[in-house]
Amino acid sequence: MKDATPEQAMDLSQLEKPVLELEAQIRAMEMDPSQSKEREKLEKKLEKLKAELFTNLTDWQRAQLARHPKRPYTLDYLERICERFEELHGDRRFGDDAAIVAGMGWIEGNPVMVIGQQKGRDTKQKILRNFGMPKPEGYRKALRLMKLAEKFQRPVLCLIDTPGAYPGVDAEERGQAEAIARNLLEMAKLEVPVVAVVLGEGGSGGALALGVADRVLMMENAIYSVISPEGCASILWKDASQAPKAAAALKLTAPHLLELGIIDGIVKEPLGGAHSNFDAAAAALKEAVVEAFSELSELSAEQLVEERYQKFARMGSVG
Amino acid sequence: MSWFVKKRQQKTAVEEKTVRVPEGLWIKCEACKELIYRKELVNTHNVCPKCGYHFRIGVEERLENLMDEGWTTLFSELRSGDPLGFVSTKSYKDQLKKLEQAGETEDAVVVVEGTLSGQPVVTAVMNFDFLAASMGSVVGEKLRLGAERALEKQCPYLIVSCSGGARMQEGTLSLMQMAKVSAALAKLDKAGLPYLSILTDPTTGGVSASYAMLGDLNIAEPKALIGFAGPRVIEQTIKQSLPEGFQRSEFLQTHGMVDKVVTRDHLKDFIAACLAWMTPSPRD
Ligand SMILES: [Zn+2]
Repeated sequence: MKDATPEQAMDLSQLEKPVLELEAQIRAMEMDPSQSKEREKLEKKLEKLKAELFTNLTDWQRAQLARHPKRPYTLDYLERICERFEELHGDRRFGDDAAIVAGMGWIEGNPVMVIGQQKGRDTKQKILRNFGMPKPEGYRKALRLMKLAEKFQRPVLCLIDTPGAYPGVDAEERGQAEAIARNLLEMAKLEVPVVAVVLGEGGSGGALALGVADRVLMMENAIYSVISPEGCASILWKDASQAPKAAAALKLTAPHLLELGIIDGIVKEPLGGAHSNFDAAAAALKEAVVEAFSELSELSAEQLVEERYQKFARMGSVG
Repeated sequence: MSWFVKKRQQKTAVEEKTVRVPEGLWIKCEACKELIYRKELVNTHNVCPKCGYHFRIGVEERLENLMDEGWTTLFSELRSGDPLGFVSTKSYKDQLKKLEQAGETEDAVVVVEGTLSGQPVVTAVMNFDFLAASMGSVVGEKLRLGAERALEKQCPYLIVSCSGGARMQEGTLSLMQMAKVSAALAKLDKAGLPYLSILTDPTTGGVSASYAMLGDLNIAEPKALIGFAGPRVIEQTIKQSLPEGFQRSEFLQTHGMVDKVVTRDHLKDFIAACLAWMTPSPRD
């Protein structure tokens, strides 16, 4: 990706502004048939504008898209990619964490265990979902259900969208680090296919705890990083406002991570970002997920585990 | 074999079932205290139309709710002994004899084999009317044999629990039934067969601390009392009154012990979906 020039470093809200204005203008014309010609012209203009604005996004703008308040979340995708989804609750240890939703899904008739981090849309939902930050009971629920999938020979789909694992007193008391660590170990030996997709934010260990998969994909405007741009900026530049610079330095967007061999593929989003068209984003996700599972379909359990090991063994830069 | 195929399957349909209604025209709901016209309960699977309270139902009705027609009852020949010669205000032997004379020949659990939405299953249903569905040697042995039968048939196993706990009259032998049934479930687990635990009101004591909590999925009816120690025992011990909803199904779901609270009218459909998800389907 390019370095952030002042113009490109512009905030996403500024970037989106002309698009939103044009969209409002078009909507206003919809009532009046006499303006249909003019409307068509504006629609063409909108497409062109979107193509200009969204094809050369900076890493920082992508990071903002990844965290866009209107971005589709796990449940938005699940209702579009599963014919049926039955949520299951609890870690059988302590609690049920609403920041992770999991359950039995059917995708094109195939039973799949689906596990995803869930953010909230309004204030009440945000609090219920703890802003998408799971606690140990969330990771332990995820693991319990992965083991259930293994027992019944069902593939596992993990959808990642979290700012990070919850940093709190109670989470530490119950062993946040152990819960994440355990998932890494158990996912490495899971004897069924695992596909993980970073939907929006892949926040560090809290994301990786669902991310040890045979195929790891990212939505086009998702990010996956060891630390947030703001966190990085305040540590290294002692200034959180340097986040755009940090975003570029961390190489946290899908194209960079594909190049680094950390992910296996990118799921194309509709022009304007996933939030501009949930159905189109979900259709693209579904196609990619079905394709990934199909590729893994004929591998034995031993092959899956060995290839998964080799895949992660290759990661790292040693001179 | 393949893990995943691009092909569509049909969902199983819910079957219509008739519900028996006890005698008498009106009944008072235990939860909301409203009077309900009994006939209304026919359409609601014995669920209060005013507040959703799930009335306790008998074994026959439970089986009619869950199973397809034409199940076979297993292990009916088993009878309880009186290993301790137990006598309290009355003798255990006399209690058992009276129950037998009253036609209660199944002890506190009925085990059947049949199909659920077309899928072969072994299903056990506990009977609260028989000594509060306490778990003695016959309950333990029938449940063990039920697991063995599922293993033989390579089919899923369902236990619909409700129980006051272990049967005191059989002393430590009843305690050992917890270990016996759990050991049989371990065999099923090892064989990769599904075991679903359905928890109904009330499931407490040794039953909750063994097979009722060991399901691949633990499914509870709404507002059922589920817990190890009974609420009265806890209150006496801690000398405090317990909060509303404590040890109820929803509380257990919040605390991670129950996979899902499912209303009675959706129970069969939900179980059928679970079994379809868990049972290997013939692959292309
Ligand atoms: Zn009521």
